[in-house]
Amino acid sequence: MLIWIALLGLILFSVTAYTAGRRKVLSAAGGRSRLLHSLPGYHGAYLALWTAAPAIILLLLVGMLGAQVEELILRGEPPAAVSALPASTQDVFYNDVVATATGGQVSQTVYDGALGDAFAAKLAQAHEIHRNLITGVLAAALLMALAGAAIAWPRLSADFAARPRVERWVAALFLACSVVAVLTTLGIVASLVWESWRFFQAVPIFDFLFGLTWDPQIAIRADQVASSGAFGAVPLFMGTFLIMMIAMTVAAPVGLFAAIYLSEYAGPSVRAVVKPLLEILAGIPTVVYGFFAALTVGPLFRGFFNDIGAQLIGGPFDSLGLYLMQVQNQMALVAGAVMGIMLIPFVSSLSDDILNAVPQSLRDGSLAMGATRSETITRVIMPAALPGVMGALMLAVSRAVGETMIVTMAAGLQARATINPLDTVTTVTVQIVTLLTGDQEFDSPKTLSAFGLGLTLFLITLMLNIIALRIVQRYREQYD
Amino acid sequence: MTLSTNPSSSLKMTAQSDDALAAGLSAAARPVPVGKVSASDVSVFYGDKQALFDVSLEMPDRMVTALIGPSGCGKSTFLRCINRMNDTIPGARVEGRIMLEGENINDRGVDPVLLRARVGMVFQKPNPFPKSIFENVAYGPRIHGFADNKAELADIVESSLKRAGLWKEVADRLQAPGTSLSGGQQQRLVIARAIAVSPEVILMDEPCSALDPIATAKIEELIDDLRSQYCIIMVTHSMAQAARVSQRTAFFHMGAVIEAGATDEIFTNPRDSRTQDYITGRFG
Ligand SMILES: Nc1ncnc2c1ncn2[C@@H]1O[C@H](COP(=O)(O)OP(=O)(O)OP(=O)(O)O)[C@@H](O)[C@H]1O
Ligand SMILES: [Mg+2]
Repeated sequence: MLIWIALLGLILFSVTAYTAGRRKVLSAAGGRSRLLHSLPGYHGAYLALWTAAPAIILLLLVGMLGAQVEELILRGEPPAAVSALPASTQDVFYNDVVATATGGQVSQTVYDGALGDAFAAKLAQAHEIHRNLITGVLAAALLMALAGAAIAWPRLSADFAARPRVERWVAALFLACSVVAVLTTLGIVASLVWESWRFFQAVPIFDFLFGLTWDPQIAIRADQVASSGAFGAVPLFMGTFLIMMIAMTVAAPVGLFAAIYLSEYAGPSVRAVVKPLLEILAGIPTVVYGFFAALTVGPLFRGFFNDIGAQLIGGPFDSLGLYLMQVQNQMALVAGAVMGIMLIPFVSSLSDDILNAVPQSLRDGSLAMGATRSETITRVIMPAALPGVMGALMLAVSRAVGETMIVTMAAGLQARATINPLDTVTTVTVQIVTLLTGDQEFDSPKTLSAFGLGLTLFLITLMLNIIALRIVQRYREQYD
Repeated sequence: MTLSTNPSSSLKMTAQSDDALAAGLSAAARPVPVGKVSASDVSVFYGDKQALFDVSLEMPDRMVTALIGPSGCGKSTFLRCINRMNDTIPGARVEGRIMLEGENINDRGVDPVLLRARVGMVFQKPNPFPKSIFENVAYGPRIHGFADNKAELADIVESSLKRAGLWKEVADRLQAPGTSLSGGQQQRLVIARAIAVSPEVILMDEPCSALDPIATAKIEELIDDLRSQYCIIMVTHSMAQAARVSQRTAFFHMGAVIEAGATDEIFTNPRDSRTQDYITGRFG
């Protein structure tokens, strides 16, 4: 609450600084801004930045690190009753103190006797530290704002170069934002690597990458975990690959041909309707495709194969017939086909952009040579666009590999090393979901294996994306 | 064959012209040469906007006809009528008759794809395909089936490159990409590509405007060479170029032909004041 009031005050203060700065240089120049090195607004902004920026940085730092500092001070002089406890119980104690003070989640431990006294004392201390910190920070922020203004104010004069200095502040702001973006990504990757490393201490990396059985044990009790689980990821990656191949078999030709129709044959009026329609299709949430697969396509395919099976039974293909009779609703083919449909708008929208980037002069040149449209497409446009189209397909592949929802709903959960599209299979992403949903101890190999899978998948899609971007880039350079 | 009804191209003769000699006519009488391509009352609309108004023009064989006029007056539009490239522009509509060897190319029965094999086109900016030099020239012969085997194809490519004056420069790197050539070489490459299908008419839309003076001189020399075999129709913004390479000139203004006739006559003795103003650089 106090912090917000302080922020508001700071904003008001810097707005005042802005107008004051403007007015000062304007009057210094006798009201003629032509005599100024920089426009009055730049002088105002310069003063406002010096007023607000240091204080805001201070507030941000306290917001991020304040809690840690408070706990550090709190642990400064431990009461005897507390230091007698083992380290992990001490942690629980201090957590409870902080949680009671700030209104967080408290453990169910009951503190009585000497511990009860210590608890009350520390609680009072926590409240005091918090109060002191807040007042101290607010006072410091006020001082910094005043100091900033005091430093910048005397500099403002008619020939003071405020414009490039403000420019530097703006550049610094953008830099800070991009640093935040990069650091977050790095943080995520680092945590992935760290957890995977813990996993690979329990399960050898070789067994994980090349093992043929995936059967993580279900932990009933904490001490029972992972004595006999099998963590061979090959079946999962095979399942992922199988479904991706089926999806691309559907999406690549249909998406590409649709794009060719759109960019080479369709008139402007058709384009104006179809292109936005495709983009809407691309925006359908995957879970919708998922239940479309599970409720519509699955039973349809199952009925189809069961019928064929019924015809074959008793004939020369009796065993095949028997197999087909037993096909389930859930199979790789259903998940792959529906995923392919999901990817069609993605592929065609990207390819359409790429085909449109082929210069019109090439089309005209070919048509003027007496080539038909389809000759122009196959002999001139496609060769020119091929690298870009390959890049688009690679992006589609990495989407297919990362897709979870459709597979969860339509492909089943059995980890099987198979390339039969009628089998139920499972994929890397689906396993990660099933491993991490529900209450789990977060230090068993079973749950940690999710991080191993995640890291491997991340590396694969990263590689695909890098290759795809390289290809697309090289293609761009060709015509720019 | 229709003769032009445009009064501006009526019979007239001047002694200093070699135009009539080039047309193989006696110097005694100089009627408008019969056109290899002859347009009568051609109008073009882009949507509701009319870009050409009843243009009639005779473009004789074995001559270069230059189309001149200020920007936006419809020169390119007229040129695109002759190989029906306007068909590829959505909303474009062409009216009137354009006769090529006695056949109206706007007839329903005429296939524009086949027509374009007879009427080649060279664009303002060189546009080689992203293929090798060889494949660029072989493109037309391949799609039209002009060569029965590889040797024949190679012959066509070689002779086309020779006629385009590019052979010496590229003979040792036929497999290099067409885009690796210089701008002037690329323009000669696309001329070679156009003549590889032995067209009867070659249309050129400002073929030298993207080139330096030396490359321009080479192309002009080439056009002068090609004149002996083809009917060439060329749009140009350079009066000097029109005077150097063309035998006949048509002056376009606001979508209509103001004046057309032998080049030397148009340049030395224009009958319309607008032509005179344009040629002498007073507007446009
Ligand atoms: N594709 C098109 N769609 C609509 N209008 C067009 C199109 N192409 C040309 N026009 C219009 O037709 C008129 C004639 O254009 P055109 O390109 O034939 O002129 P031009 O004489 O070749 O000019 P320039 O010398 O600048 O090349 C112009 O007013 C132009 O705006
Ligand atoms: Mg033009």
